[in-house]
Amino acid sequence: MTQPAQTDLITVTIDGREIAVPKGTNMIEAARLLGIDIPHYCYHPKLSVAGNCRMCLVEMGMLAFDPATKQPVMDPASGKQKVNWMPKPVIACFTNAAPGLHIRTNTPLVRECREGVMEFLLINHPLDCPICDQAGECKLQEQATAYGRGYSRFIEQKNVKPKRTLLGPRVMLDDERCVLCSRCIRFSKEVAKDDVLGFVDRGSYSTLTCYPGRRLENNYSLNTVDICPVGALTSVDFRFKMRVWFLKQTPSIDTESSVGVNTTVWSREGVIYRITPRRNDAVNDTWMPDSGRELYKQVRAENRLTAALAAGQSATLDAALAAAAELLKSAASAVAVVGSGRSSVDEQFLTRKLAAALKAPAWIVGRAGEGDGILLSTDRNPNTRGALVTGLIKALPGPQLGELAAAIDAGKVTTVLAVNEDLAAAGLTAAQLAKVRVIYLGTHANATSAAAQVVLPALTVFEKSGAFINQQFRLQKFVTAVPGPAGVSDDLATLARLLVAVGGPKLGETATTLWPALAAEIPALASVSFAGIPDEGLPLDSKPWAGLRFGEGASLHFQPAAAT
Amino acid sequence: MPHPLERRVIFQHIDEPGYSPDLACYLRQGGYAVLRKSVQRPPAELIDEVKRSGLRGRGGAGFLCGLKWNLVDRKSGKPIYLIVNADESEPGTFKDRYIIHQDPHQLIEGIMISCYANNVKQAYIYIRGEFPHGARILETAIAEARAANFVGPNICGGAYSCEIYVHRGAGAYICGEETGLIESLEGKRPYPRIKPPFFPAVLGLYQCPTIVNNVETLCHVKHIADIGGGAYAGIGTPNNTGTRLIGVSGHVQRPGYFEFESGKITLGRLLHEVCGGPLPGRKFKAIIPGGSSSKILRCDERFKIKQKDGTVLDWGYEDIPLDFDSFAACGTMGGSGGVIVMDDRVNLVEALGNLNAFYAHESCGQCTPCREGSLWMKKITARMVHGEARVEDGELLKNVADQIAGRTVCPFGEACSWPTQSFVQKFGDEFKAYAETKRQPRPVDALTLV
Ligand SMILES: Cc1cc2nc3c(=O)[nH]c(=O)nc-3n(C[C@H](O)[C@H](O)[C@H](O)COP(=O)(O)O)c2cc1C
Ligand code: SF4
Ligand code: FES
Repeated sequence: MTQPAQTDLITVTIDGREIAVPKGTNMIEAARLLGIDIPHYCYHPKLSVAGNCRMCLVEMGMLAFDPATKQPVMDPASGKQKVNWMPKPVIACFTNAAPGLHIRTNTPLVRECREGVMEFLLINHPLDCPICDQAGECKLQEQATAYGRGYSRFIEQKNVKPKRTLLGPRVMLDDERCVLCSRCIRFSKEVAKDDVLGFVDRGSYSTLTCYPGRRLENNYSLNTVDICPVGALTSVDFRFKMRVWFLKQTPSIDTESSVGVNTTVWSREGVIYRITPRRNDAVNDTWMPDSGRELYKQVRAENRLTAALAAGQSATLDAALAAAAELLKSAASAVAVVGSGRSSVDEQFLTRKLAAALKAPAWIVGRAGEGDGILLSTDRNPNTRGALVTGLIKALPGPQLGELAAAIDAGKVTTVLAVNEDLAAAGLTAAQLAKVRVIYLGTHANATSAAAQVVLPALTVFEKSGAFINQQFRLQKFVTAVPGPAGVSDDLATLARLLVAVGGPKLGETATTLWPALAAEIPALASVSFAGIPDEGLPLDSKPWAGLRFGEGASLHFQPAAAT
Repeated sequence: MPHPLERRVIFQHIDEPGYSPDLACYLRQGGYAVLRKSVQRPPAELIDEVKRSGLRGRGGAGFLCGLKWNLVDRKSGKPIYLIVNADESEPGTFKDRYIIHQDPHQLIEGIMISCYANNVKQAYIYIRGEFPHGARILETAIAEARAANFVGPNICGGAYSCEIYVHRGAGAYICGEETGLIESLEGKRPYPRIKPPFFPAVLGLYQCPTIVNNVETLCHVKHIADIGGGAYAGIGTPNNTGTRLIGVSGHVQRPGYFEFESGKITLGRLLHEVCGGPLPGRKFKAIIPGGSSSKILRCDERFKIKQKDGTVLDWGYEDIPLDFDSFAACGTMGGSGGVIVMDDRVNLVEALGNLNAFYAHESCGQCTPCREGSLWMKKITARMVHGEARVEDGELLKNVADQIAGRTVCPFGEACSWPTQSFVQKFGDEFKAYAETKRQPRPVDALTLV
C-alpha cells in the first residue's frame, strides 16, 4: 500500500521492452507504465495483494548466469544474455521488480491462461448483462470481449445463490455475480478498519456475507461497490436508476470536511445520479465517505432558493442587488460580514473585498465534527484554509458568532451581510436577528433567509467552479457539473456586482477573470491561474500559518504538525 | 502379524498384543531414551544426522527433511515453530492414524527431538477433525509426558523447554496443505498462502519461521537420532532411504497397512504376495499409487524408464519399486503411500466421478481455476454417470483439468486435475464407450444432481 520511494530504480523487461521502476513495483504497474495492460480482477493498487483471481498470469524468466562461474550465459543467436523462462506462469500482481526480471504478456500460454480464467469465471455467472446494473463498467464484460471464447462449453446447471442480500443500508449483494475476488473484504478490513465481511462455504459455493450479527454499515461501505469489478455489489441509491454510459463525469471535491476528498460527479442532462471518489494518491487514494455521496441531493432539495427576494417580494437580481447595496451603504460603519469556510477561495476573496469596501469586520463560522481518522476530519468546512489564505480571517474561527452577537446587542452592528451561513445556526438568537437588517446570499432557505431583507440565491458546489484549500494546504479545484436553477447567477458574479454596487472596485465575475487579481494580491497564490490548477491539486506554502493551532488529527494522508 | 517382506520400524508395535498407548508401556519398551540422549547433544549435530539420513518427507511431496530444516530462517530473531501435520485426509491414506492411536509417545518423542534440534519452544499437532479419539489420546499422552518431564519446562532435567499443543481441524482436506493449515491454526479460513513469498520456513505461523512435517516423518527422526543418520541411510535404497508406511485399499484379497524398506519391494510383490492378489475371478485394472491425487496407472501399461547410463528399462506396474523416484519415473508419484487398487469390475468414469466429487467439495474456493474447474469436472462426470454422457466429454474434462494445473495458488490445483488428466489420458476409450453404451437420456429436470 505504501508508495515506493523514487530512489533505487530496477530495470525489468516486459515483452522485450525495458523499463526502470522503483523497487517494490509489481508487474501490473510496471506494464501499465509501458502502456501494456495486464488484465486483473482481485488486484487493487490500494489494497493488499490476494492473488486469487489468476487473471494476471504471465510468463516469467530471469537472466541466465552460469552457476559455476557466475558469468552471464549468452545466447549465440541474439548475442544477448540468455533468459531462463520458468515452465509455470506466475501472477503479475505479486511479482515485484527484481534485477534481471523478464516477463512476457503476449505468448500463447498467457493467452490460454486468460481464456481459461475467463471461461471459469463465466460458467457460473448469470450472463444477463442486459439486466445487470454493472453493464458498461463491468470488468468481466470488458475482459470477456478481449479474452472470452465467444461460446460456452458449459452445459451443466449453474450454481444458484441469493440474488438480493442487503449487506447494510446502502449496499446490495447479488451472490451469483460475485467473482470472489475479496476486494470488498480487504477494503473493509484494511481501509475502513471495519472487519465485517467474509466468505462462508467452500469452493464454487463460497458466498460473501457479513459476520454474524454485523452489517456493512460503516461510512465507507459504498467504496466496496466502487471496487467490486462486477455487478455483485451495487449501491442501493444508484442501482437501476441510470445506465452509466449516459453519464457525464465532472471532477469535484467533497465539501464535508477539510480533507478535500477528490470526487467525480456523474450527471445526465443536468441531473446528478451519483458521486464517486476520484483517485488522488496524496489525498484520498481511491476512496470517499458514504456521507459525501449523498450531497448531490441538496441540489434538488425542496427548500432550495431559486429567486432573489427584496423586502419579502421576489425581485430581479438587479433590483435585489440594488436593494442590498442601499441597505449596506445606508448603515454607514455598522455593517458586519459573515463569510463562509464553505465558499470557494475566489468567493472568499470577494467577500473580503466587500468587507473592506464596507469597512466591516468579517468572520466565518467554524464547523467541527468528529474526525474518523480516515477521510473525515474534525474541521467540517472544506475551505477554512482558504479564508486564511485570502485574508478573509486572521484567526481560526469558533463555532459561534459571539463577537457579532455582542456587537448587535450593543447596537454597534445594524446590518449583516451573510454569505452562505445561517446566522441562527451559528448562535444568533431570533431577537438578535430581528434587531438587524440581513442580506443573505445562500443556496437553501433557513432562519436567516426568512429574516433577511434581501435574499440572493446561490449555487451549490455542483453548479459552479472554484477551488478549496484543504488541510494539507493543497489547492484543489472543482468544476461545474450541472447548471444551476434557471435565473440564479453565479455566486462570483453576484458578489462582484454587489461589490461594485457598494462602491468597491470592479473585479472579474468568473473564476478565469477573477484569478489574476488573486494571484496579484495573495502571495501564496502568486503565479497561480485557475486553469493552471492541476487535477491532483497544488500544494501551497503553509508556513505563514504555522503558528495556528489547527484541530485536525491524523487521517489517511495527513499528519498534523507536531504540537509546539 | 507383519508380513515377512515387511520391515517394521515405525509400526514396530502397531497391533502388537499387549502394547498400549500409555507412557508406562512406552517406557517399558525403552521409550524416551533417545530423547534423553539427544538433549545431551548439540542441536546442530542432530540436524546433521537428519541431513545425513537422506530422510524425505512422508506427507506427500517427498521433500528432503534435512533441507527443509536447513531453510528455516534462524536469524530473524523470531521464535521458530514446529507443526505436526496430522491432517491425514488424502483419500487412500491411512497410516498416521495408527501411530496416533496406538503409539502416540513415539510421535511425541520424535517431535521433541525435532524441536530440540531446531530450537523450537512451541509445537502444534494439527489433527484432522474427524479424529476426535486420536486427539484425546494425544492430549492424554502429552499430559503423561509432561508429568514425566519429557514435554514442557526443563525437559529431562536440562535447560531446554518446549510445549506441545493439540489443535483439531474442522473437517477440511485443504487444512492438510501446509499454508492452509497455518491459516487455520491462526484461526482463519484455511486459504493457502501464496508461495513465494510465504514459505513457512521464513514467514509461517504468525509470520514466524515454521517447520511443517508429517507425523510419519517425525517418527523417523526419532529413529535417526537413535541409530544415526548414516545407519538410517543404509536402510532402503540411495535417495529413498529408510522405511515407508504403505496403505493398500481396494480390490485385493488382503488390504491393509504395511511398512517396507523403501525401494526394496515392487508394487507387484506388494499386491500379489503381501496383499494376496486380486479377488477370485478378477483382474487388476488400474492402480492409484500414492493417494487419490497421484496419477493413475494402467495395469497393462508399459513404462520405459531411461537409466543414467542410457539403457532403458521396460517395466510393467508389477516391476515398479515402492519408492519416490521410481513412481516419479513412471509419471506418477509415491505421494502419501496410499495405494488404491481397482479391478476389472470398476468403471473408470464412475471412479473419476467419485474423486471429482471429493475435490469439488474440498476446493477451498480461493482461486478461480480450482474453485470453478473442480466443480465443473464434478458436474461433467456426475452428468455422465447419470445417463447424459457425450462422446466429447472426455476431451472436455481433460481440457478443463489442463486449465487448472499449474495456475493455482496451491498444489490442490494439481491434486484435483491429475486424476482427471490421467484417467482420461489412459482410459480415453472407456470414456468414449461410456457415452455410447450408458447413455440414457432423461428429462432435463432429473439433471439437478449437482
Ligand atoms: C491439498 C493438500 C493436502 C495435503 N494434506 C496433507 C495431509 O493430510 N498430511 C500431510 O502430512 N501432508 C499433507 N500435505 C502436504 C503438506 O502440504 C506438507 O507438504 C507436508 O505436511 C510436509 O511434511 P513432510 O515434509 O514431512 O512430508 C498436503 C498437501 C496438499 C497440497
Ligand atoms: S488451488 Fe484450490 S485449494 Fe488451493 S488455494 Fe486455489 S482454490 Fe484453494
Ligand atoms: S490480479 Fe488476481 S491474481 Fe493477480
